[in-house]
Amino acid sequence: MVVLDRSVAATEALVVPPRKRRKGVRVHFTQFKWLYLLLLPGIIYFALFRYGPMYGAIIAFKDYVPFLGIADSQWVGFQHFDAFFASPDFTRLLANTLILALLSLLIAFPLTIVVAILLNELRVTLVKRSVQTLIYIPHFLSWTVVASLTYLLFALDVGPLFQLINNVFGTNVDFLTDPAWFRPIIVLQDIWKNTGWGTIIFLAALASVDQEQYEAAIIDGAGRFQRVWHITLPSIMPTVVVMLVLQMGQVLNTGFEQIYLMTNSLNRQVADVFDTYVYFMGITQGSYSYSTAVGLFKALVGVVLIFGANWIARRFNQTGIF
Amino acid sequence: MARERYRFNTPAGRVFDVVNVVLLSLLGIVALLPFVFVAAGSFATESELATRSFFLWPETFSLRAYESILTSPAFLRAMVTTILVTAVGTVIQLLLTASMAYPLSKANLPGRRIMLSLIVFTMVFSGGMIPTFLMVKDLGLLNTYWALVLPMAINPFSLIIIKNFFQQLPNELEESAKIDGANELQTLWSVILPLSKPVLATFALFYAVGIWNDFMSPLLYLNDNSMWTLQMFLRQVTVATDLSIVEADPSQLPPAQGIKFAVIVVATLPILLFYPFLQKHFAKGMLIGSVKG
Repeated sequence: MVVLDRSVAATEALVVPPRKRRKGVRVHFTQFKWLYLLLLPGIIYFALFRYGPMYGAIIAFKDYVPFLGIADSQWVGFQHFDAFFASPDFTRLLANTLILALLSLLIAFPLTIVVAILLNELRVTLVKRSVQTLIYIPHFLSWTVVASLTYLLFALDVGPLFQLINNVFGTNVDFLTDPAWFRPIIVLQDIWKNTGWGTIIFLAALASVDQEQYEAAIIDGAGRFQRVWHITLPSIMPTVVVMLVLQMGQVLNTGFEQIYLMTNSLNRQVADVFDTYVYFMGITQGSYSYSTAVGLFKALVGVVLIFGANWIARRFNQTGIF
Repeated sequence: MARERYRFNTPAGRVFDVVNVVLLSLLGIVALLPFVFVAAGSFATESELATRSFFLWPETFSLRAYESILTSPAFLRAMVTTILVTAVGTVIQLLLTASMAYPLSKANLPGRRIMLSLIVFTMVFSGGMIPTFLMVKDLGLLNTYWALVLPMAINPFSLIIIKNFFQQLPNELEESAKIDGANELQTLWSVILPLSKPVLATFALFYAVGIWNDFMSPLLYLNDNSMWTLQMFLRQVTVATDLSIVEADPSQLPPAQGIKFAVIVVATLPILLFYPFLQKHFAKGMLIGSVKG
C-alpha cells in the first residue's frame, strides 16, 4: 500500500510540474476577479464610513481647523483629554451615564429574563402567541415616537399618567422637567420599548433545554418553581452570561436619540451623558477636537469593558463571546 | 413532548398558571395601550382632549386634526421625502450588503479572513460621532439625502448573518451554474439571490425600519428644515411643541392638541402595517444566521 502511494505521488510529481509562484497569484486573481468586483463597493464603504472616521479620530490629539483639514492641523498631544478630565463635566457625565447603565442592568435586564421564563411557562399557546406579538411591537417604533408618547402621557395637567400618579400620591410633579424623574422615565421607556424584544434570545435558549430533565425532575417530585430554579435557570445561564458581556460593552453607550429627545434645559444636570455631550460640544458649539476626544475616550472604555467582561466570564468557567 | 412538562402540576402550580396568564396579558395590554390612546385622541375634538384626560374611544368623531396635517405642505413634504428616502435607501443598503456578503461566503477567497476580522472590529470600536460627521461633510454629503443612507449602508451584523446564510446553501447549485458557463456575478443574480428571498426580505424590512425611524442622521446632517424627514417633523410638533412648522391654514385655528396625536399616528402606521411581515420573518432570519461557519 505504502509503496503504491509513493509511486502515485512520484508519477504526479513527474506529470504535473510545480507551478511558479508568480503565475499562481495571477491565476488566483483572474479566477476571483468577479468576486473581488462584488466586494469592491463594500470595501469602499468600510474604508470611508467605518475606518475613515477611525483615522479622523486623530483630531482628538490635534487642534482641528476645518480650513486646514485633518492632516495639516496642529498636534497638541493630550491637551483635550486633560481639559476634559479636569472639567467638572467629566464626573457629572460619568455619574449620569453609569447610573443609567446600572439601572438598566439591575432592572431591565433581569426583567427580560423573568418575562421570558414566564412566557416559557405559559401553557395556552394562543395567549403566548398573542402576548409575544404585542410585546415585540414597541421595539420597531422610533425613539421619536416613544418620546412623543411620553410627552403626551406625562403632559403637564392634561396627561393621563400625570393625573394618575399625582392623584394617587397627592403630589403635583411635572415629570417631564423634574430632574428627579428623568431617570425613572428613561428606564420606563427602555423597559416598554425593549423588554419584549429582548425575550426572543432567551426564549430560543429556553426552547433548547433538554425536556427529559423535566421529566426526571417530575418523577423526583419537583414542583413548578423547583423545576424552573434547578433546571431552567442553569440551562440558560450561558446565554445570560453572553448577553451580560454584550451589555457590559454598551455601558457607556446610552442611546443618544432617547436621551437627546428627553433632555431639556431644566433636567440638563442629570440628563447629560457622554453621547449627548459630544453632540452639544461638537455639533452645536463646533469644538470638534475636544468632543472627538470625549467620544474616543468613551469608545476606548467600551472596548476595554467588553474584553474585560469576556475575560471574567471565561474565568468563571462560562463561555464568553470570543 | 412539551406537554409532558405540565402533566405533574401541584395546586400551587395551577394558581401560578392563572396568575401567569393574567400577568402576561396585562403586559400585552401595556404594550398596546398607548397606541389606542393616541389613535382615539387623534379622532377627538379639541374640547374633548381638553376635558377628558384618558379615553380609548372619542365621544364625538372629528377629522379636523388629519385635515390640518394633510393640507399642510410641510407635513406632506416630510412624508413624501421619508417614503422616497426609505424606499431608495433600502434598495441601496440591501444591494451593497448582499454583494459584499456573497464573496465573503466563499471559503477559498484569498484575503477573506482578514476582511472578516476588520468587519467584526467595527462592531466593537468606531471613530465616533464627530469624525463620522466630518467625513460626511468632507465628502460633500451634508444637506443631501445621501447622508441618511450611505453612512449606515452596511450593518456588520446583517452582513455576517447574510454571509452565513449564503455559506450554507448547497454548493452543487453554483457548480451547475458554473458548468452552464455563468460567472459569479450571474450566479449571484440568477441563482443565489432568488434562493435567498426570505432572508433578504427580512433584512430589507430591518433596513427600511432603520431608515424610517432614524432621527440622529437627519439631526446631524440636514440643516435645512425644508428637507426634514417625518421623525424630525414629529419631534418639532410633540417634543418642542412648535406648531408653526405645520404651516396650517391661517384663516382657522388649528387643533393644536389633536395635531400631535395625528402626527404620531401617521408616523407609526407604516411600521404597524408592515409589522405582520416583519414578525413572520424576523425570528426565522435571526435563527438562520446563528448557524456558525
